Amino acid sequence: MRYSAFSVFLNALRGNKDWKPAWRSPVPKNHYDVIIIGGGGHGLATAYYLAKEFGVTNVAVLEKNYIGSGNVGRNTTIIRSNYLLQGNNPFYELSMKLWEGLEQDFNFNAMVSQRGVLNLFHSDAQRDAYTRRGNAMRLHGVDADLLDRNAVRQMLPFLDFDNARFPIQGALMQKRGGTVRHDAVAWGYARGADSRGVDIIQNCEVTGIRRENGRVVGVETSQGFIGCGKLALAAAGNSTTVADMVDMKLPIESHVLQAFVSEGLKPFIDNVVTFGAGHFYVSQSDKGGLVFGGDIDGYNSYAQRGNLATVEHVAEAGVAMIPALSRVRVLRSWGGVMDMSMDGSPIIDRTHIDNLYLNAGWCYGGFKATPASGFCYAHLITRNEPHETGRAFRLDRFARGRMIDEKGVGSQPNLH
Amino acid sequence: MASLIACPHCGPRPKEEFTVRGDAGITRPAPDAGEDAWYAYVYLRDNPRGRHREHWHHTSGCRRWLVVERDTMTHTIYTVADASAEGETA
Repeated sequence: MRYSAFSVFLNALRGNKDWKPAWRSPVPKNHYDVIIIGGGGHGLATAYYLAKEFGVTNVAVLEKNYIGSGNVGRNTTIIRSNYLLQGNNPFYELSMKLWEGLEQDFNFNAMVSQRGVLNLFHSDAQRDAYTRRGNAMRLHGVDADLLDRNAVRQMLPFLDFDNARFPIQGALMQKRGGTVRHDAVAWGYARGADSRGVDIIQNCEVTGIRRENGRVVGVETSQGFIGCGKLALAAAGNSTTVADMVDMKLPIESHVLQAFVSEGLKPFIDNVVTFGAGHFYVSQSDKGGLVFGGDIDGYNSYAQRGNLATVEHVAEAGVAMIPALSRVRVLRSWGGVMDMSMDGSPIIDRTHIDNLYLNAGWCYGGFKATPASGFCYAHLITRNEPHETGRAFRLDRFARGRMIDEKGVGSQPNLH
Repeated sequence: MASLIACPHCGPRPKEEFTVRGDAGITRPAPDAGEDAWYAYVYLRDNPRGRHREHWHHTSGCRRWLVVERDTMTHTIYTVADASAEGETA
């Protein structure tokens, strides 16, 4: 069924009894052309674009839990394309363009809200760095505006402008950045893929990868063996666990990132705002809760929960930026497991096995990349060559000295 | 992550006193060991879901490097030893 205002009206008249589930719960077939491991945002987007743009519909998405139970439902919902480096920027801008047309494309309300992302700066040096970044964005055709202190004060009067240590001097703004309702992204892609024939198989954990003559022939799962022509990994957070099944060692560590939501408040933060003197980013959801987060905890972890020291640090940074937060009560906090790569950038590439593909290493920037990641990955899987915007995300870039280190901290995953 | 790490020199101390460095399984190769060995040393890491051995530094304590064996899923700490007892690593 196509969703529209008319269908909502019609179903209301019929007492809302005719709504159908948005996707099926199929029994796995014996064989698929493509199996995608991981029913998160990237896996579902890949299945969607495989079916819609590349004509491959005999596809299964295997999810060990329920779809959206991983990081696509555990992030702070921010989208932006304010990247500095050549290898990153066109890719994230492709993602932004796909976000802009996504709801019409998959006929699902994902609440894409281009409310603007502001990165605050607090010193001359930081202004220089953001000027450079803004210019790089503009050279790539991305919108960027440098705001001075007064312009920021008019937009966000509640910030602590005269902080003695970190006075706010201005901000780099991307007006097209914003937020998206993250669960709806998973659901919209799932529904779009399912309606084109993709099987989404939940509660189906992959326990082994079967190989014959150097090629993958299928996967062992908690629901039995399933054969495949091509196998695509999209299990970020747990990429190492899956790669270990084919003896592939990855330049990745798994770390936990926490996020928080406050009690519902009247609207006061209209944009996404990030602190320049500490790691803190915040937006306000349509329900009124402040959605915010900070840095990763810093140690390897597969547990979807973090430590109180990080909670304290995030709260301190938040109050330093917005003093009014000091009396806001936190409603919930949660943790997600991140693939932290060695240069802070992702991997979308072929592997040493001919029909095995890798999508991993999203650090904590995976959500905004969901549409472009799915699109580029589907392109790679069907054509066996990378999409032009995803060429830099090679697995061998570390060995070849072609790192994409946006932050410039080197091969120390917990610093990216 | 567990709240306390039992330092062999200082006893059980809050984990905020410690700084994590990462995988204790890697060893610095010889200067002429070749590109593959250096690539593995700089970029490849053991990243197990379960028991893992890591270097932690007791930054706000005795300032010794320690090897901590812990579970990355349950956050249980099994053993803590001074890194010098482990021989030459990193």
